[in-house]
Amino acid sequence: MRQVIIVGSGPAGFTAAIYAARANLEPLVVASSVEVGGELMNTTDVENFPGFAEGIQGPELMEKMQAQAERFGAEILYDDVESLELDGPVKRVTLASGAVHEASTIIFATGSAYRKLGLANEERLTGHGVSWCATCDGFFFRDRTIAVIGGGDSAMEEATFLTRFASKVYVIHRGDTLRASKIMQDRAFQNEKIEFIWNSEVADIQGDAAVSGLVLKSTVDASTRELPIEGLFIAIGNDPRTHLVHGVLDLTPEGTIAVDGRSSKTSVAGVFAAGDVIDPSYRQAVTAAASGTVAALDAEHYLALQEQSAQGAQAEATLAAAAAPGA
Amino acid sequence: MSVRATSSSTWEADVLQADGPVLVDFWAEWCGPCRQVAPILDEIQSENVDKITILKLNVDENPDLAMKYQITSIPAMKVFKAGAVETTIIGAKGKGALEKDLAAYIA
Repeated sequence: MRQVIIVGSGPAGFTAAIYAARANLEPLVVASSVEVGGELMNTTDVENFPGFAEGIQGPELMEKMQAQAERFGAEILYDDVESLELDGPVKRVTLASGAVHEASTIIFATGSAYRKLGLANEERLTGHGVSWCATCDGFFFRDRTIAVIGGGDSAMEEATFLTRFASKVYVIHRGDTLRASKIMQDRAFQNEKIEFIWNSEVADIQGDAAVSGLVLKSTVDASTRELPIEGLFIAIGNDPRTHLVHGVLDLTPEGTIAVDGRSSKTSVAGVFAAGDVIDPSYRQAVTAAASGTVAALDAEHYLALQEQSAQGAQAEATLAAAAAPGA
Repeated sequence: MSVRATSSSTWEADVLQADGPVLVDFWAEWCGPCRQVAPILDEIQSENVDKITILKLNVDENPDLAMKYQITSIPAMKVFKAGAVETTIIGAKGKGALEKDLAAYIA
């Protein structure tokens, strides 16, 4: 049996692995099969991770985090978690391959998943003009007119990145102000290939075999209009990925995993959570990494207490046996 | 067993004239999910050598074929049989999910 299994391989998961490995807990990281490194694997320049003065590419940052965890003995598994048994002192993790791993503690750092618009044509046209990964698919939209939906940092980054390929990038946002950081906003505002369409949401995606346009609906007066485009990149936010622990761990009203105060302790003893899956507000690489640290330290502390009480019980039993008359 | 690369110049013989089903993985160096799905395709190929041929096509080096098959999102995996596309899988998936999608060929 392991001391700790970490589920997830973004900044939270790998940072937890670095700390747990350095504490000699020999963590096993279930890193997923095709999402190793998490969300940063699909980004380009990361300019706000402290220590990288010139910026660093998202995938390179994640490879470095993984290498750092492995250097101290973390073991990485490229597989997906199928189910979890979290009750009791022995936690069980069943993987898609069928393998079962056991541990005294679990650190749950599964991050978040892209939020969908919820339109029928969105699913149908995914891979036919609807994309979830600007860095993967921007190349295919050279000299085309495309749209990015969203008003946060991800939307601004994608829009700016996509101007390398596209001839025109519309940014469609429901409100009239952006959530994105000032620097990302300014960069997008200054880019002459980017045009903002405010107070609008996507009512429908048009296209037979491939995307040909959008039906936009005004959030002010509900009027609609059509916008011809050939590609659609959706960046309207993320939802915490909690399906593996529904009904097992307490969630917050926002849908994140509930933790005790500033700690990573979930509603089940020995189960800790970190990163975007517990964070409804900040969701930065560096806050996720910090959160992974908290989880590793909490797990380490929990394991030490368990060992102490096990030793205490053993000492008591020895004393009791020695004191027993006729023993 | 590593999946073999194909290209515009070998496409006709490798894919269109092939006897059995051929899965082509349209990929690129800059695509993170493509790099992650590659070792899974290697495994599936090794375990199903006599059932399916898996080939990879670099879209950066062969944009003509990417355009012809209207690729706008990668990884895109297309199964060709008798020269025609029979199945399309879009996006990186784990081994179990891919095996399920390919059940008609490898089960």
